[in-house]
Amino acid sequence: MLDLKNSGNHRRSPLSGKSAQPAQLTFRSTLAVSFLASVGNINVIKRVLAGPMSGLIVVFARAVTAVRAIWPESGPPQGQNIYFANHSSHGDFILVWAVLPPWMRVRTRPVAAAEYWLKSKLNRFIGCDVFNAVLIERDREKRTRDPIEEMSGALDAGSSLILFPEGTRNETEARLLPFKSGLYNLAKARPTIDLVPVWIDNLNRVMPKGEFLPIPLICTVSFGDALHVGPDETREAFTARAEAALLALSPKQEGTSQ
Amino acid sequence: MSAAASDLILLLIGVGGVLVFASTIGFILQRRLSPDGSNAVIENLNARINAWWVMVILIGLAFIAGRIGVVVLFAFCSFAALREFITLTNTRRADHWALAAAFFVVLPVQYYLIAIEWYGLYSIFIPVYAFLFMPILATLRGDTERFLIRIAEVQWALMICVFCASHVPALLSLDIAGYEGRNVLLIAFLIIVVQLSDVLQYVWGKLFGKTKIAPRLSPSKTVEGFVGGVASATLIGASLWWITPFTPLQAGLLAFVIAIMGFFGGLVMSAIKRDRGVKDWGYLIGGHGGLIDRLDSVVFSAPVFFHIVRFWWSAT
Repeated sequence: MLDLKNSGNHRRSPLSGKSAQPAQLTFRSTLAVSFLASVGNINVIKRVLAGPMSGLIVVFARAVTAVRAIWPESGPPQGQNIYFANHSSHGDFILVWAVLPPWMRVRTRPVAAAEYWLKSKLNRFIGCDVFNAVLIERDREKRTRDPIEEMSGALDAGSSLILFPEGTRNETEARLLPFKSGLYNLAKARPTIDLVPVWIDNLNRVMPKGEFLPIPLICTVSFGDALHVGPDETREAFTARAEAALLALSPKQEGTSQ
Repeated sequence: MSAAASDLILLLIGVGGVLVFASTIGFILQRRLSPDGSNAVIENLNARINAWWVMVILIGLAFIAGRIGVVVLFAFCSFAALREFITLTNTRRADHWALAAAFFVVLPVQYYLIAIEWYGLYSIFIPVYAFLFMPILATLRGDTERFLIRIAEVQWALMICVFCASHVPALLSLDIAGYEGRNVLLIAFLIIVVQLSDVLQYVWGKLFGKTKIAPRLSPSKTVEGFVGGVASATLIGASLWWITPFTPLQAGLLAFVIAIMGFFGGLVMSAIKRDRGVKDWGYLIGGHGGLIDRLDSVVFSAPVFFHIVRFWWSAT
């Protein structure tokens, strides 16, 4: 005979024993229904996976690099900030992220290149769902949206940003590439927000360009005192000041260069 | 309960008692001299004592977990030590595969050989096979810049951080007549003697130290600290004869050898730190610095202790 309460695939299974409580059964079927429904909705799965995934990535980054934050004498930065960092590896913002306290981490979004993070489904999942990156289009000719507007919008929504003002990964012997104008333009657009220099040290040795296996080496992330752009400060003057503030955080080169 | 287990429990209670005593002293000192946390020496002392609690609990758990626990614990110690060591070397991009092999092949294989007690291979695996194959791997990228320095540094890192350190769990594989099932106590003996020797050298040096013993290598080490520390560690070793297969005299002699090797190990590793312009190997252990700062004396004494015991006491 057909049991109307437990219709379809939720019919009592012979394995569940003869005296399964109705309450338990209902609970199970609700779970099953929501599971089946969510399979149809990939976004729900993504959202469910994104949290543990970001936790896993941070644990992995810590296991490999034993990353340690070096705060300025004034203590760890508070509230909303624009962190600007040197860029030598795809893992850079993960390390900045990993050393931030969890309540700051959830409100901190990396600024990243759209063409890289939209390249494949996996990249998109990691970039958009896990890291909640602010994706900007680097190609001036082809872009449809203004990066400064994108970043300002994220700041207005209350997020902090991690920005790499060199614009691309530094694969040269120089410690820092000349900054692009983005940091200055953003600072001009939202002049009250603290600009915090962040030096990421050693990650380029952990995972040099073109390698997929990270080497465990100890990394540090040094935070400096916040800067602001002056009302009449020129782009050249501000950029020189910001570059100097960042370079001042880099440890002295001990024996690693000839 | 077996004799080994009751000895181990007795030993852990003893070590726990020493730590309770140290923590009490640290607490009183802090209340008296540094209530606002401003006295750096007292704060460092308490950070060190707290780190000792963590280390003793970890080692105690590994001992209770048995041979696999000890092997896994030291494999992780080797991993963290190798990471600290390689961080301070001159590796280049071309070394990437060689370094990956060091961490993900050589280290696990060495500890696997320890776990299956293959003495014939684990005692030559890194000195012979890693020694030959790591430079081969490094040549594949064709980068000759500072080649000898690079391969020598990686080999040295493997010898110290993996090969020597793995001789601590290797003590479990020794087959000593009348001492079956108690080998874990040999590890306890080694670690207690070498660490207490370090601590007592520091204490004697702080109390009576006047004459620097190696001013250029390690300015804090003094002749008085060295003599007092090694002598008291020897006495403590002799008084621990009941957990070992040795007579009190033999235990004292072995403790003396362990303490001496530990002292010189500390000097060598300190020379490397000075060469690299760093004060500590890392920051893993609060108040102590890096793992190598704590492990330096163990890695130098472990192989020597292992071979002495193997030659004169072991049946195999």
